[in-house]
Amino acid sequence: MIVNQFLVLAALLFSIGIYGVLARRNAVLVLLSIELMLAAVNINLVAFGSYIGDVFASGQVFALFVITVAAAEVGIGLGIIVLIFRNRSSANVDELDLMKW
Amino acid sequence: MGFSDWISKAGNIVFLVISVLMVGAAVLVVTVRNLVHAALMLVAALAGSAALFIMLGAEFVAWTVVLIYIGAVIVLFLFGIMITRAPTGNDPVRLDHKRRWPAVLVAAATFGTIVTATTLAFGAKEIPEGVVRTDVLGDSLFGRYVIPFEVVSFVLLAALIGGIVLARKDPE
Repeated sequence: MIVNQFLVLAALLFSIGIYGVLARRNAVLVLLSIELMLAAVNINLVAFGSYIGDVFASGQVFALFVITVAAAEVGIGLGIIVLIFRNRSSANVDELDLMKW
Repeated sequence: MGFSDWISKAGNIVFLVISVLMVGAAVLVVTVRNLVHAALMLVAALAGSAALFIMLGAEFVAWTVVLIYIGAVIVLFLFGIMITRAPTGNDPVRLDHKRRWPAVLVAAATFGTIVTATTLAFGAKEIPEGVVRTDVLGDSLFGRYVIPFEVVSFVLLAALIGGIVLARKDPE
């Protein structure tokens, strides 16, 4: 296995996630696309960790950190989306123009 | 090293199958019209990433992905979809923006940039075989990386408290 095959796959998943973030209108779907991008980053970290092969397994440790932060982000993000839905009865990102001048 | 050399190894065929499944699932996540189906397609993509972690010898991370992402995060997403009563069928509500080609352009440009950079930098360098044992990972996590570990734990605690505060009803 060469290291570049994992990097290309991660780049593809990351780009698909970017497309989802930009093209989707529902806030829950935007969060799903962000999860896709974080999964791509995890593949990168673990592939580089195996490639370098250091004694501290740093790539895998940082992949675990990314997973933890992603879990926190989903919890807070969904809480905010539910709150927005409760106040405005819509979870579409283009209708949240309260701060637009 | 040409493509025929690359594909002649059994591990690379497994990688190819998994990656095709992952990319297909990822494309469905960002295009499908049913939100519940999008969440379930994300399960397929994350399961593929767990399989890749096992191929790379990162077994603890693989099972962490299965437990935390597929087990907890997806359930949280399904709760979010149910609570916000997002369209789950062929409702007239649009899920995408009208103009999609700028998003396609940005995604393609990102992919081109990253792939050019990594191919120039790494070419055909091999990943050495080997499995990272979980006790090595644990020693590293609670030895060298104990301060970042505590910081991440604090972030998780703050997110927990923030989630409770956000979900609570305002006292009138």
